Amino acid sequence: MSFNLKEYYDNLSKGDVILAYKGSITSELINDVLEGVEKKLAEANEESKTRKKIYNVLVESMQNLFHHIEEYHEGINENLDPKFGILVVEKDGDSYKVTTGNFINSSKIKYLKEKIDKINSLTKEELKDMYKFILNHQKLSAKGGGGLGLVDIARKTGNKLEYAFYNYNNNYYFFNLTIRV
Amino acid sequence: MEPINIEATPKTPSVKFNNETGVMEIKGRSIPENSIEFYKPLVDWLEVYAKNPLKKTQVDVHLEYFNTSSSKCILDIFKKLEAIHKAKHEVVINWYYEEDDEDMLEAGEDYESIIRVPFKMIEIVD
Repeated sequence: MSFNLKEYYDNLSKGDVILAYKGSITSELINDVLEGVEKKLAEANEESKTRKKIYNVLVESMQNLFHHIEEYHEGINENLDPKFGILVVEKDGDSYKVTTGNFINSSKIKYLKEKIDKINSLTKEELKDMYKFILNHQKLSAKGGGGLGLVDIARKTGNKLEYAFYNYNNNYYFFNLTIRV
Repeated sequence: MEPINIEATPKTPSVKFNNETGVMEIKGRSIPENSIEFYKPLVDWLEVYAKNPLKKTQVDVHLEYFNTSSSKCILDIFKKLEAIHKAKHEVVINWYYEEDDEDMLEAGEDYESIIRVPFKMIEIVD
């Protein structure tokens, strides 16, 4: 069965949701999300260490979407906003879960999967070395992306990146990334 | 050359670079989507300053958060400082981090291990 966007989003929004968004991922949206989540975590008296980690994960995961999502998706009949992405932040027991979702061209899956699997296979010390290597040896892209976001997330949370690719049609998959903080 | 004085925004830090005192300060949050736009003028300024630096240059980095896009630009800034230090001028980088913010301390230590300039790690206690 092919991927159903509505079902996916409804399912994601079932838990103890702090924020759920679907639509264009813009610079302004990122500001609003950061401000909103920061406020809610402060109201919940969450400790500053946790707040900072969540903030970092949100910045990196949303800016990854911002830099990588395609403006338009040809052949997807979902009435999508330009630069369409999904973001859900929820409380899950004692921890938090940040989930992002976006359509991704089939041709990009192999690279992304290999990158995440590589990151997930590394120890804390190896992640640090990888971070420092990329920091010191790779140039920023014209858009300002540095290839460091996922490494940074894995390093700071100390958790594995959970992901799935759901087939949508011949050209597109839907990429789900879940980060536990 | 003129000193730099930039006010903070929700996504960019305040910056004060003073070529008359040799004190440079970066303070706040640095999370722009494209950090090159923000940092390039700072790196260019330091390049000019490096040609005729003061005897002592002190850099206070007082960041609450920075994103990975900024992290490379910050490294570019530090590389300019490294060049000044290499030319036998005194340079010190004061890296401030809030109490218990191990991630920010580690980030400072990452730079310290890459850049050959003396770092001072300074914990801010409330």
